[in-house]
Amino acid sequence: MNETLTLAMLWTDWLSLFKHFASISIASVGGPLVLLPEIHHYLVGQQSWLTDAQFSASVVIAQASPGPNVMFVALMGWNIGLNAGGYGWAAFSAVICMLGILMPSSILIFVTARWVQKHSELRAVRAFKLGLSPVVISMMIAAGWLLATTNTDSLRDWPLWLLAAVAALIVLRTKVHMLLLLAIGGVLGASGFLTAI
Amino acid sequence: MPGPPALNLCIMVGARYFGWRGALVSLAGMFMYPTMLILTLAIAYAQFGNQPQIVDALRGMGAVAAGMIGATGIKLLSALKTNPLGVKVCAALAILSFVGIAILQWRLLYVLIVLGGIGYVLAFIKLKDRS
Repeated sequence: MNETLTLAMLWTDWLSLFKHFASISIASVGGPLVLLPEIHHYLVGQQSWLTDAQFSASVVIAQASPGPNVMFVALMGWNIGLNAGGYGWAAFSAVICMLGILMPSSILIFVTARWVQKHSELRAVRAFKLGLSPVVISMMIAAGWLLATTNTDSLRDWPLWLLAAVAALIVLRTKVHMLLLLAIGGVLGASGFLTAI
Repeated sequence: MPGPPALNLCIMVGARYFGWRGALVSLAGMFMYPTMLILTLAIAYAQFGNQPQIVDALRGMGAVAAGMIGATGIKLLSALKTNPLGVKVCAALAILSFVGIAILQWRLLYVLIVLGGIGYVLAFIKLKDRS
């Protein structure tokens, strides 16, 4: 679980990294979190640029911080850069990833926002929102599922699964602040409750 | 629309009042403080991220974050009840998408294009029937 990566990134690799985020940017209907399974598939699975631990830490740190949650993309870039050399690369890589994820969708919004707003009654526009929503909602749940399973080895990690399920239930049933929940998870983890068994 | 919702709003408001410069400036404003904070946390993670206690704490927080994200999606499910596609079609599309992405590891883009496309066409037809 504590494995570290040392990468030798060529400029073509940086380009692929940028292209990956740029190509999935348009698919982030419903927010960037729905892209988690796709990003994991590429960065951790296919390219091995990021460890599972770094992947989920990036999401966690971004979730625990104020600001847009798309910052997890910058953190993933940052960690890839660290794996490849040092803080200079980390900053460079974070910027590349953010530009990749933000540019296409931002340009699209900039160009189409006014038109869409003006024609929000149009059948084609309404059908887009209504027709895609079952798939988009599923993508969100799948993102949670991926995050719950990615940093867990096997059945041995059942306490982590349980914690994820309980956290989900609490969010659904109560109005407990998310930061408090995250803090409790952190304390439970640090105190060894979740791995000692 | 694709993209982070808060940022899209930023771009739309910025662009409406000040054109493309407004869009860029409002984006920059949205990112400035979070970037500084997150950078600090990222450096801390680089320094201490390998210590067993931190690793365990992050795993615990990861499980909570996973639950939170999943719950956000589950909450949205109730909105499907009033969807003109009907509950059965919505359920079929949603279950297929989930199994495809989470279990079978289908590529997101294909799921979005194929299953989302089916949903779009069906919704388009349904909306006509009603009007």
